This record gives sequence, C-alpha cells and structure tokens, in this order.
Amino acid sequence: MADRPVILDAANLTMRFGGVTAVSDFSMAIQENRIVGLIGPNGAGKTTSFNMITGYYRPTEGKVSFLGNDITGMAPYKVCRMGIARTFQNIRLFKNETVLQNVMIGSQRRQKSRWWQAPLNLPSFNKEEREVREKAMELLERVDLHKVADERSESLPYGQQRRLEIARALATEPRFLLLDEPAAGMNPEESHVLMGFIRRLRDEFNLTILLIEHDMKVVMGVCEHIWVLDYGKLIAQGNPKEIQGNPKVIEAYLGEEYLADA
Amino acid sequence: MMEANKTRNLFLSLTALAVVGVFLWWAPSHLDGYKIQILNLIAIYSILGLSLNLIYGITGMFSLGTAGFMCIGAYVSSMLILPQMQKDMIFILEPLHPLLYAAHAPFVVAVLAGGVVAALAGLLIGIPVLKLGGDYLGIATLGFAEIIRVVANNIPTITNGALGLKGIPPYANLWWNYGWTFFTLYVMYRLVNSNFGNALKAIRDDELAAKAMGIDTSRYRVISFTIGAFFAGIGGALMASLLTTIDPKMFMVTMTYNVLMVVVAGGLGSLAGSVIGATIVTILLEWLRIVENPISIGSLHIPGIPGMRMVIFAISLILIIIYRPDGVMGNREFTWNGLLRSGKGGKSNG
Ligand SMILES: Nc1ncnc2c1ncn2[C@@H]1O[C@H](COP(=O)(O)OP(=O)(O)O)[C@@H](O)[C@H]1O
Ligand SMILES: [Mg+2]
Repeated sequence: MADRPVILDAANLTMRFGGVTAVSDFSMAIQENRIVGLIGPNGAGKTTSFNMITGYYRPTEGKVSFLGNDITGMAPYKVCRMGIARTFQNIRLFKNETVLQNVMIGSQRRQKSRWWQAPLNLPSFNKEEREVREKAMELLERVDLHKVADERSESLPYGQQRRLEIARALATEPRFLLLDEPAAGMNPEESHVLMGFIRRLRDEFNLTILLIEHDMKVVMGVCEHIWVLDYGKLIAQGNPKEIQGNPKVIEAYLGEEYLADA
Repeated sequence: MMEANKTRNLFLSLTALAVVGVFLWWAPSHLDGYKIQILNLIAIYSILGLSLNLIYGITGMFSLGTAGFMCIGAYVSSMLILPQMQKDMIFILEPLHPLLYAAHAPFVVAVLAGGVVAALAGLLIGIPVLKLGGDYLGIATLGFAEIIRVVANNIPTITNGALGLKGIPPYANLWWNYGWTFFTLYVMYRLVNSNFGNALKAIRDDELAAKAMGIDTSRYRVISFTIGAFFAGIGGALMASLLTTIDPKMFMVTMTYNVLMVVVAGGLGSLAGSVIGATIVTILLEWLRIVENPISIGSLHIPGIPGMRMVIFAISLILIIIYRPDGVMGNREFTWNGLLRSGKGGKSNG
C-alpha cells in the first residue's frame, strides 16, 4: 500500500478527567483518501479521541494537526470550518426539523448573505436560500433520502436517521469525516449496505474517513488501516489481517467474541 | 401547481390584511374605549410575545429580561415624544438633563430609538452571559431587568425617579400598534423561515450538534437575543404611549411573567401562537379584574382581594404547562394550505 500525504496527524494525545486517564499518549497519522478504523473495547477512549480531534475536548497533552494546521483545542465550529465533519455515537439530529432542514443547516456556514437581509427580501438573499435548498435536495437524492425530505427527522426509522446524520455532516463539505459507531443497532443486512455506502462516500465525495466501530465485519471489511485502543493506550495498529492475528488484540477482546466471528 | 398556490396564498394574505384594515378603520367609531384598549393591548402583547418567542421558543434561551428591555424602550421613546411643556411640568423635584430636555423626534423614530437602545442593552448583556453557555441566562436576565428598574428609580434627572413620566402623547392608536405588529410578524416570519432561522432552531434542538455543523452558536445566540431585545423595546415604547404614564413599578417581573404566559399559552416556537397567546392573555387579564372587586352573592360578601388576579393567572400558567405543555399551537404554524386542507376535511393535498 503506497504512502499518501497525511491529512490528520494526532500526536501523543492524552486526556485526563480528574484522576481518570481516558486516553494516554495516543498517536495516529491518517493518510488522505483512506478509510481507517479506530477500535477497542467499551470505555477504551475512542469517543474521547474523536472529541479531542473535533475540538469538543482540549487534550491534556498532545497536538492535533489537520492539513498542516495546528487545530489542538480549536472550537468545534472552527474545526468544522477547517473541513472536518463528524457524527455522534448517540444520534444527535435536530429532531424538530425536517430532513431537508437538517441538511440545509450544514450549508449555513457557507452562506454569504447575512441574517438582516432576510427581512429585506432581497433577490440575492432569496436566490441563495433557493440554492441552499436545491443543493440540500440534491445531496438527499445522492444518499437516497429525498423521498422523506419533508418528514420530521425524529420520525425516520433508525437506519435512515443514521444515514441522515451522515448526510448532514456531508452538507458542511468536509474533507475528513469521522463516524462514531455508524453501524450501531443495525442488523447484518443493514451493516452490509452501510459498508457499501461508506466506500461510495469516500469515492464520490473524495473523503478521508475515520470510523469507530464495534461490528468487526464492517471494520475488517472497509478499513485499510486500523488502530486499536485498550484502556486508553494504543495496543496495536496495522491492516485488517495484522489486527485479526494480533494476540494483544485478541486478549483485549477476550470474552467479547467479535473477532471470533469476523 | 406550486406557483398557483403561491399566488393564491399571497392573495389570501392580502385579503386577510385588508379585512384587518377595514376592521381597524371600523372599530374606533363603533367600539367603546375599553374594547379599543383591549385591542391595542393585544397588538402590543403580540409584539412582546413574538420577541420572547424568538429568544425562548425558537432559539431555546430561557430569558426573563423582557420587562427590562421594555422599560428601556418605554423611557427612551417617551423622552423623545414628550413636549417640552410637559417635561417642565413633570420634572419638578429635579431638573431634567438639558440634552434630554431638547431631545425630540417623530413617533416612528422615537419607537425605533426605543428598540435600538433596548437592542444595545441586549447586546451588552448577551455577549458575556451567552458566552458562558446560556445556562445562567434566566437568572442573569432577571437580575438585569431588576437593575434597570432600580436604576430608573434612582436617576431622577433622566427618568424622574419613582414619580415616572406622565402625559406622554397618546400616539399609539390601533393603526400604529397593528402596523408595528405586522412589521414584527413579517420580520420574524422571514427570519424564522430562512436558513438562519433553521440554524437558531438547530441550536435549540442540539447545541453540540449545531457546533459540529460549523455554526458559531454563541454568536447566533447573541444575534437572536439582540433582535428579541429590539422588539421588546418596541413593545415597551408603544405601551408607554398607549398608557400615557409610566413609572419603574410598571416594569416589575410580573410584566415579564405576562409575556412568558403569552408565549407558553400560544405555543413555543409558533409565531401564530404568539398572536393567539396575546389575545388569550390580554382578555384573561382583563376578565380576571372581576375577582379583585368585592363580590356579594345574596347575603354572602366576599371582599376584593388585591393580587388575587395574579394568583389565578399563575395557577393558569401552571395548569397550561401541566395539561397542555405545547400551548394552543404547539410549534406548528398557521398556513393557508393547512387551513384549506382542514376546511375540506383533509381530502385535498393543498
Ligand atoms: N467528560 C468526561 N468526564 C469524565 N470521564 C469521561 C468523560 N468522557 C469520557 N470519560 C471516560 O473516559 C473513558 C473512555 O470513554 P469513551 O472515550 O467514551 O470510550 P469509548 O471507547 O467506548 O468510546 C471512560 O472511562 C469514560 O468514563
Ligand atoms: Mg464511544
């Protein structure tokens, strides 16, 4: 596998909450246009790592660089504007808004017109609003949610909510996408579809994707490189083959028969 | 199909506007002063309700500052419309500051100025408090409103202290009040239905996720709060001219409480709900005056209990929150399509 330029470089990240060290001296360099995974047992520090990268937590120690810029502890909305989008482990949709509105909100940051132009009813304002709506609709078509565009997001079935959360993240036009357990709560059939979907996203939107996942079929199926955390420490990294055969990983997962049926 | 609907809806809206116009023209010569007063109060409470609805219902910030912003709007606007002769008569204990003595402006400008100064106050308090994350907004705005009131009480060369201002010109007739109400409704409608409005609702629904969408949530909250403060100032300015006298006591927390009731009764997040809520609350507040008067049923005499009105009012608010937490409208909006659909028994697809 030929090396590609590094898009995200997390160096020696440590996160302490009072006495608890959730992540300890964790480094990972993610290459452009790859789909990579972060795995580990529950409580290993995966979501905490996401939160450090996306600005929700300022790492106690360590540094995050994105495309050569230091983004350590940058406010989450600024991180998004740098080109990093994410989903959440527990779906966090704007539940009172429609599917279309959820996606339109992702475009807000790129809109040139200002709020005070709304009451003025300027043609330029209305035109941009229309374009945002059309663009959101196009995106919904690409992820096959256009038929439910006017439904309240909360009323969608679980699988579609997950997909909408990804679509909403895409609306911010990221270069790097972080997915926190996208297959959680899906049946094998749905996870299989999801794998295809993630690959398609990478290719069609020219993305780099980092995913946290418990479903080993998904992880082993789509990831080109995997980092394994246990108790906040990196215990292994490598391609799916190397990870599956790694005794440390097997030990960490002992009792959680994920690897057995992978 | 959609274009035809648009034209039809525009036509319906203009017709509705015309009907209201005819009513406003008809009302003064056919209704007594008391009913006119109630109609005026409904308009002003609509503006105040819409103001708080933007802050609380749409953006999800629990604010108790309405009376403070109203107070600012009322004093600023009144100072600009009071004739100098009247100022001479009011400021007997302490002289009015010469700059304010000279200040004068047409009614529209005065009301706008009231809104602008209230908005500036909103910006000033909003920036530090909303940066904290907004959890303390309720307490902070309550404190702010009290401070404004205490200040108004203690700067007699500007506000005439506890004596207040009297003889404010009664410009705020039905036309002005409903004109401002429609202006407020229009501005709110445009804001709330734009993608900017979507961003505000996103902050209300899930602030963390809104940040992940690249939205500078503290900035948006400050903007929403400031716009809300502006319209509360407008409402205060109109109310001052409608009642023709103001004093600091008028802007106690009970005033904020009335407006909160408007928003909750009408439906958090629904613009039409705020107007409906304003109607309910205004009529209820008037109607409840009965309970403060002495009542005799046969040989039984119940003396009037001052303050009883507010007790019943508070209980009604609690009952609404328990039994109808979404208010009359919920967060739904009134639309011609929806209305026509229900008119046809839900068969048409509008
Ligand atoms: N905000 C926080 N405050 C205190 N402890 C936290 C916080 N966030 C995470 N942790 C702790 O950090 C550890 C790792 O959590 P997390 O990153 O969510 O694990 P996972 O790998 O399952 O995503 C857990 O022990 C968790 O309790
Ligand atoms: Mg997690």
